[in-house]
Amino acid sequence: MEVLAELTLAGLANGMIYALIAIGFIIIYKATDVINFAQGPLLLLGAYLGYTFLSLPIPTWLGIGLALGVAALVGVAIARFALRPLIGEPVISMIMATVALSSILQALIQGIWGVRPRNFPLNVDRPVVIGVAALSLVALGWFFRKSREGLAMRAVADDQQAAMSMGVSLPRTLSIAWALASAAAALGGILLAGLVGVSQDITAIGLRVFPVVILGGLDSIVGAVIGGALIGLVEAYAGGYIGMGVQTLVPYALLLVVLMVRPYGLFGKRRMERV
Amino acid sequence: MRSGNFFTSYAADMALFRTPLERWRMGLFAVAIIVFPFVATSYALSLANQIAIATVGAIGLNILVGYTGQISLGQGAFMAVGAYSSGLATIEWGLPFWLSIPLASLFTAAVGVFFGLPSLRLKGLYLAIATLAAQQIVEWIVTHWTGLTGGTEALVVPAPRLFGARMNTDFRFYWFAVLAASGTALFTANLFRSRVGRAFLAIRDQDIAAEASGVNLFRYKLTAFAVSSFFVGMSGALIAHYRTIVTWERFTLEVSILYLAMVIVGGLGSIVGSFLGASVITLLPALIATSGRALQTSFPAVAGILPAVQEGVFGLVVLLVLILEPKGLAKVWSNVKTYFRLWPFSY
Repeated sequence: MEVLAELTLAGLANGMIYALIAIGFIIIYKATDVINFAQGPLLLLGAYLGYTFLSLPIPTWLGIGLALGVAALVGVAIARFALRPLIGEPVISMIMATVALSSILQALIQGIWGVRPRNFPLNVDRPVVIGVAALSLVALGWFFRKSREGLAMRAVADDQQAAMSMGVSLPRTLSIAWALASAAAALGGILLAGLVGVSQDITAIGLRVFPVVILGGLDSIVGAVIGGALIGLVEAYAGGYIGMGVQTLVPYALLLVVLMVRPYGLFGKRRMERV
Repeated sequence: MRSGNFFTSYAADMALFRTPLERWRMGLFAVAIIVFPFVATSYALSLANQIAIATVGAIGLNILVGYTGQISLGQGAFMAVGAYSSGLATIEWGLPFWLSIPLASLFTAAVGVFFGLPSLRLKGLYLAIATLAAQQIVEWIVTHWTGLTGGTEALVVPAPRLFGARMNTDFRFYWFAVLAASGTALFTANLFRSRVGRAFLAIRDQDIAAEASGVNLFRYKLTAFAVSSFFVGMSGALIAHYRTIVTWERFTLEVSILYLAMVIVGGLGSIVGSFLGASVITLLPALIATSGRALQTSFPAVAGILPAVQEGVFGLVVLLVLILEPKGLAKVWSNVKTYFRLWPFSY
C-alpha cells in the first residue's frame, strides 16, 4: 500500500509536469497547426536558465520570473526569425523548422553551459510540483477563455483567413503563442530540474509528451491535464510493478489502443471534412 | 526560339526522359558514377557508399511522405527491422547477402503494412505520432529481446562474400550500393508513371476526393506503406552488410528525423531531391569534422565543441533551406535548368 501511494504521488507529479509541457505544445498547435519538436531543448533551456538565475543572490521568485522571462524572449525570437517567414508554407515545412531549431538550441545550450550534469540550487517536493503546475494550468485555461489575446489565438486556430480579416495580426499571435509555450516549457524544466537535477536527459522528456497530447487530443487543454496525469500514473505503475524499461513502452501502447477507438484522442475536436 | 517544353502526346509527357538533354545528362551522370571509384580516395568512396545507402532510404521515405502525404516518424524502426532481419538471416540460416537483403526488405514491407494499419483512420499529425509509437515499440523490442538481437550489444554479421571474395571493402561494396540506389530510383520513377503511383498522388492531394473517384484508400495506403518500407528496409539491410555490425544506436528516433530532413531539404515528391538531400545531410557532418580536424592543429579547443557545432550547423542549414527555398534543393535544381534552357536570352 505504501508503495502504491508513493508511485501514485510520483506519477501525479510527473504527470502534472507533462501536462504543463503538453500545454506549451497545444498552444502552438492551436495557433499554427504545427507539432513543435523543439519542446525538449526548450525544457532544457528553461532548466539551465533556472539554474543560472537561482544561483544568483536574488529572491527565488525573482529568479524564476527572470528565467521565464528570458525563455519567453527566446520564444519570441524563434517565432520572429524562424517561423514568420514560413507562414503560408505547408505544415510539414514548419514542423521541420522546429526540428532544425531543436538542433540549433541544443548546440547553443552545449556551447553556453557545457554537457556536465549540475545540481539544481532549488529542491522542490512533489506536492509543491503538483500545486504549481495545477495553478499554471488554471491560469493558462483562463487566458484562453477570457483574455483578448487568448481569444485571438483561438480565432486564428479556427480559421486563419477569417481571423486576419477581423483584424487579428497573425505574426503577433504567432509570437505570443511561442512566448507562452516557451515559458510553459521553461517552468516545466525548472520543476523537473528541482526533482532530478539538470542534465541533458531532460531533453528526452520533450518526446514523452507526444502520447500525452495525442491521448488528450491535440487541441484540448482539459485533455492535456487528464492525459498527463494518466500517462504519469501508468508510467509510474509500469516502472514500479513490471520494470524492465516497460515504462517507455506502455504510454505508446496505450496511445495506439486509444487511437484505434478514438482517432482524435479522448477530448480532441472531431473535424468535419469537405472536399 | 524555344521558351519551354511543350508535349503534344501523353506518351511524350509521361516518358522517363522527357527531353534529349535529360537523356544526355543522365548518361553523363552514369559515366561519372562508373569512373568515380577508380579515381576517388577511400574516404571519398566510403562517403559515396553512405550516400548511396541513404538515397535508397530517402527515396523509400519520400514515397510515403512526399508522394502519398503520410508523415512517418518510424523510419529508424523500419531500417532496424531490415538490418536485424537481414543480419539474422545470414547468421542463423547461413543465407548469402544477395538473398538475405531482398528477403529482409520483403519482411520490412510486411512490418510496414502492419504499422500502416492505423493510417486508415488517422490523418496528419495523429498518424505521425502513431508511427512514432512504431519507432518506440521496435526500439524496445530490439533492445530487450536479448536472445535474438543481442539486446544493446552489437550484432556481428559475417562479411558478405561473392565467389569466396569479401565484398564489404569500400571499392567492391560501391557497386552494390550504386546498383541498389539506381534500381530504387528507376523503380520509383516508373511507379509514378503507373496507375498505382497516380493513386498515391491522388491520396496526397485530397484523400476524400480520391476515394470518390474510385481509389481504394484501404488498398493504396497500405501499398504505399509496403513499397516505402521495402526500400527503407533495404537501406537498413545494406548498412548491416556494409558495416558487418548492427547496433540499435543506428536506428533511433534521431535517424527518423534525419531522414525526414533529407526528404524535406531535398524536396518532397522528387527522386532527384531525395538524392540531393541524402548527399547534403550525409556530407555536412563529414565536412565539418574534416575542417574541425584541420583547425584542431592550431586551435586545440576546437575538438571539444565539434559535436555541438555539427548539431548547430545541421540545424542552421535545414532552417536556411526551408526559409530560402521551401520546395527544397530539387526546386533549386529545376531553377538552374530553367535558367540555362533560355540562356543567354532569359527574360
